[in-house]
Amino acid sequence: MSGRIEIEMSRRFLRGVYALVAIGALVGTHATTRGEIPDGASLTEGHARDAPIDFQREIRPVLEKCSSCHGGVKKTAGLSVLSRELLMADTDADEPSVIPGDAAGSELIRRVSSSDVDERMPPDEPLSQSEVQLLRRWIDAGASWPEHWAYRPLVRNALPAGTTHPIDYFVLSQLSQAGVWPSPKADRPTLIRRLFLDLTGLLPSTREVAAFVRDRSPTAYDDLVNGLLGSEHYGERWARHWLDEARYADSEGYEKDSVKSDAYHFRDWVIRAINEDMPFDEFTKKQIAGDLLPDRTSDDLLATKFHLQAQFNLEGGVDSEEDRTKRVIDRINTVGTVWLATTIGCCQCHDHPYDPIAQGDYYALYAFFNNFDLAADFLDDPPEDAEQKRQQRMKHWNVIADLSRRQVTDKNLSFELQGKLTNLRTLDNKLGVTRFLLERTSDRRKTYVFRRGDFLQPLVAEGEVAPGPPRLWPPMKPTSGHASRLDFANWLTAEAAPIVARVRVNRVWMHLFGRPLAAQTIDFGSRGELPSHPELLDWLADWFIHEAGWSRKELIRMIVSSEIYRQSSDTRLDMAQIDADNRLLWRQNRLRVDAEILRDICLDVSGLLYREIGGPSVRPPIPTHVAKQSFVSNPGPPVSEGKDRYRRGVYTLCRRTAIDPNLLTFDCPDASAATPRRERSNNALQALATLQNEVFLEAAQGFAKRLLGLDVDLEQIDRDRLGLAIQMALSRKPEVFEVLTLADLLADSRSFYRRHPEEAVRLVGPHVAEGVDPAENASWVVVARTILNLDEFITRQ
Amino acid sequence: MNTMQQSRREFLTTSTGGLGGMALTAMLAGDGFGGETTPRRVAGQVLNPLAAREAHFAPKAKSCIFFFMAGAPSQFDLFDYKPELNKLHGQKMPESLTEGVRFAFLQKDSATLMGSPRKFRQHGESGMWFSDALPHIATCADDICMIKSMHTDQFNHHPGQLFMQCGQPNFGLPSMGSWVSYGLGTENENMPSYVVLTSGRGSSGGATLWANGFLSSVHAGVLLRNEGPPILNLENPSGMPTSLQRKTLDALAELNQHRYRQVHDPEIDSRISNYELAFRMQAAAPELTDLSRETAETLKAYGVDRKDFEAGKDRSGSNNQFSSFGTNCLMARRLVERGVRFINIIFASWDHHSGLDEGVRYNATMADQPIAALINDLKQRGLLDETLVVWASEFGRTPLGENRPGYETVTGRDHHPNAFTVFMAGGGCKAGTVHGETDEIGWNPLRDPVHVNDFHATLLHLFGLDHRKLTYRHQGVDHRLTNITRESHVIPALLADQTHAG
Repeated sequence: MSGRIEIEMSRRFLRGVYALVAIGALVGTHATTRGEIPDGASLTEGHARDAPIDFQREIRPVLEKCSSCHGGVKKTAGLSVLSRELLMADTDADEPSVIPGDAAGSELIRRVSSSDVDERMPPDEPLSQSEVQLLRRWIDAGASWPEHWAYRPLVRNALPAGTTHPIDYFVLSQLSQAGVWPSPKADRPTLIRRLFLDLTGLLPSTREVAAFVRDRSPTAYDDLVNGLLGSEHYGERWARHWLDEARYADSEGYEKDSVKSDAYHFRDWVIRAINEDMPFDEFTKKQIAGDLLPDRTSDDLLATKFHLQAQFNLEGGVDSEEDRTKRVIDRINTVGTVWLATTIGCCQCHDHPYDPIAQGDYYALYAFFNNFDLAADFLDDPPEDAEQKRQQRMKHWNVIADLSRRQVTDKNLSFELQGKLTNLRTLDNKLGVTRFLLERTSDRRKTYVFRRGDFLQPLVAEGEVAPGPPRLWPPMKPTSGHASRLDFANWLTAEAAPIVARVRVNRVWMHLFGRPLAAQTIDFGSRGELPSHPELLDWLADWFIHEAGWSRKELIRMIVSSEIYRQSSDTRLDMAQIDADNRLLWRQNRLRVDAEILRDICLDVSGLLYREIGGPSVRPPIPTHVAKQSFVSNPGPPVSEGKDRYRRGVYTLCRRTAIDPNLLTFDCPDASAATPRRERSNNALQALATLQNEVFLEAAQGFAKRLLGLDVDLEQIDRDRLGLAIQMALSRKPEVFEVLTLADLLADSRSFYRRHPEEAVRLVGPHVAEGVDPAENASWVVVARTILNLDEFITRQ
Repeated sequence: MNTMQQSRREFLTTSTGGLGGMALTAMLAGDGFGGETTPRRVAGQVLNPLAAREAHFAPKAKSCIFFFMAGAPSQFDLFDYKPELNKLHGQKMPESLTEGVRFAFLQKDSATLMGSPRKFRQHGESGMWFSDALPHIATCADDICMIKSMHTDQFNHHPGQLFMQCGQPNFGLPSMGSWVSYGLGTENENMPSYVVLTSGRGSSGGATLWANGFLSSVHAGVLLRNEGPPILNLENPSGMPTSLQRKTLDALAELNQHRYRQVHDPEIDSRISNYELAFRMQAAAPELTDLSRETAETLKAYGVDRKDFEAGKDRSGSNNQFSSFGTNCLMARRLVERGVRFINIIFASWDHHSGLDEGVRYNATMADQPIAALINDLKQRGLLDETLVVWASEFGRTPLGENRPGYETVTGRDHHPNAFTVFMAGGGCKAGTVHGETDEIGWNPLRDPVHVNDFHATLLHLFGLDHRKLTYRHQGVDHRLTNITRESHVIPALLADQTHAG
């Protein structure tokens, strides 16, 4: 058979395949299915004339063609196609446009099929005959409108007896239906490097690789996973993923972009929580409403700093009340993206254009977040004069509180208030207090819908908006009186748990495979694609809640222990026409490592990395022209000296208007909004950075110094050393071709630097190998720099 | 082939090259030093995101030089001549006009109107008004298309700047230059497609003003440095000669190539070309900043060697502001000649809440001569027709003097979003035209108001791009430069050729 793939499967893996998949079916479909796999979840469905209609895939895209005029923003002629309820409602013509079961009598069908150009809809590009036919069949069949997949209750299908691993079962089932073989298991060196990078963002040492390769114990792999999940560096790696979502930064943003010297406490809280494997429901509650928890601890207050990541505009001419409303809006938009994967920001001005979320729903959510007050204290280790400092701050705060109250109506006070708020930022930095948020108990703000999102136009006549979740999502259990932010947090992890768990599982999966199960990580809304493996996503989400107790470590363990995770990431040419994007997961994915990790592993292999956990943010040097981009010349903390130059990237100061270009060039987010998924671009500026930038050059210098200090066989000194260099950087045995190529480069370098010893001294820089001729030292810097620029080095395979 | 004796070169020639091998060969066959040949993708499906792309319809403009006069220059002292305002100087404004209006600093109750001390005169056949602060730009009147009725929704700097650059006053969105780069790619792959030049201090928006938002980071504005090598990380490390850099890249290409043959990941292939592109950029970029082949006449016209003007003193306290601004203007022409798509020249210091007269004199003297020189130079070289030059700011300034609490005298103007002036030249805009008009004190547009997003739609139109079709789906929404919740329109009156403008 021409498409037959020659693969060597490990015994264990083959056993898994045979156990799960009827081999006959596997071979049978293999022979017949050679077509392209359609988009969407199901890879098997036929398209027979009488087949039941798939609403999401067939009908919704057609209705979407109407939604720019008949959607959430505009409801021309009183028609909206966003939900069944709206579609069946009376339009301006006092009759519904769709009558279920009667396509012929439905106005919608009459208009889309009309031959009169003035009547036909959509006016610009009419629907195709097959689209009209689909709509007819759908209406005749009752116009069923299944609930959106992401908002349905979880369905956990039972696994057949003998299933060794749920992930393998679900993925292999789909692979076999498509007639596609999975890839062989990656070799051990690849696996250990993959696990190190995925779980800790660091490289295994050559000793660790050798030990793992030699380890014959059946639990070798699981032991490795356990060790890495127990490492403190696991918390650093996975905290960074969360900080992307939290839009974490060390500055307030906007023009002044003042540095917040207490911001790092939140980052450290996240690292601790993740290292301690705080269950995700608890992690959620503390960040949404840590201040309202009974018996709250100072750590719970730290968690509320999640909301303090919203940008604070200290520009002089700003209306502080407007800026506060902007922060409330930023907070609920962030909560929508982070926990519910739903973009709701548009609803501050109008109904959602594509999903059935009304503007009023938005303000019901707003009401939960409308009564924050800024607070600050010494949360751990108060200084001796803490009380005096507290009082000093209180004086300032009282003035601000009074001004804030009056400024809502007296705009002449804006300038003064902005000045006081700026001074307070300076004072807090000086006193060393930590800011957090508290729920206001007296003099509470009332929430009204803002006309067109304008805070100056509250629709008071329409009455106060009671807090509650949008109707798109499961309702909240009734509370006595208005529901609180804590009720909302509890709702997220109870009634809304299916959505929250799906979102979380999808994102954790993404960090371990490079792509999520549901492609629209950020927005599960109606325009999002269906997941590639819907049953698996639901199974894992349900398991995550009920069996793993929201433990992210357990979830990660579950995923990395699958054979699917352990597959080789090599691309198979035979798959190019079938599933080039690897939606079916017939292999792992090869991924360029994230911005911070790139720097971390360069420093790691060079021996320069300083592995201290936590503490104030550090400032490795950034180019002066970048620092000057900030409007206010205050550069923030000075450039770090000594070991602090070589801390992990997660500790690099993030000043929003002047972010370290090494980070931005490699797609680190700019902390402007929740970013659950990073881009993974590949461009020439990146090449320039890793070839020329100071920190990467220093890493090459350090790596050379380290290599020259190694004890190697004098007979084959270069080849040994080159081989070790490759092993240290790539965690695998070198190939002859590689050693030869680098040996040529080494020879060329020697020949140059022997003639130009002064250039050699320059290239060696500060990381001199003791007792080594500069020409020799420099030649090794050239080689080390080359290795650190290899695609394989910066890639997790 | 696994013997140590076999040389690397033999290995390369005897191994089966595969598609990646062909790509490499094609690439290495190019001249490799800033020539026009660029490696084309052979293997894999990864397409160069910066490859030049067809516009929606025939474009007029190929490049844009956008002068972003951040801080907001006073239109009353440069462009919008208001004799009536001079007459009303010192008087209070009718309350009907300020009712419900929000200001950044101004105290409404006691503010009075402030005339302009500057002399205004009409210029060119079009009779366009300019103040005596811009004598050189005034000579270009018949190339200029001026909009006096621009208005924005924002009255604070950072949100206003985001609105002008990114189409909405929010963070995380692509800037105009990024959208154009996304829509059209670049004509010269040895340079970034979107370049930012600054002089003086940073702007309120900093790097958020040239961000790529959700678009690929290849569309981010690349900030060129004023001193030293123009692009960050462009220079080889000290002690690394070009010959060894080349050998390093050869070794990298061979090793990456070897890897490609094993794992067939198209990203590797892409990475190989990016390293080659980086190498070519290293050769091309220094040539860009090498002004030694410019004539003495050109350097003088742009004011490359001008000394800073003493009288007003720059607000930022920087030195060499004049020289730096003039050099940026010349650099912009050189970038255009090299096919760079979008050049944003940002100057931040127009926020004259006080010291307006001296401030305007200083900044205008700095900007006037080089901008005029640029327009004339582009015209002489036949580049003006395809290069859109824009002067714009985030908003304008009030006709009321600023009486902020604590100010002893009124010597400046506050932020004014209702009506302000921007101008364009070249790139298919309608030369010698004034569009829109403000009322007699310049408070509101009297006719033909132009919303910032309409301006964006028009700018994209000049590039042959339909603002409704240039979209990118992010978070389930088809984003575009012009806010999707607003109906924005191309303004036909601003176009020399109004085909497709409906």
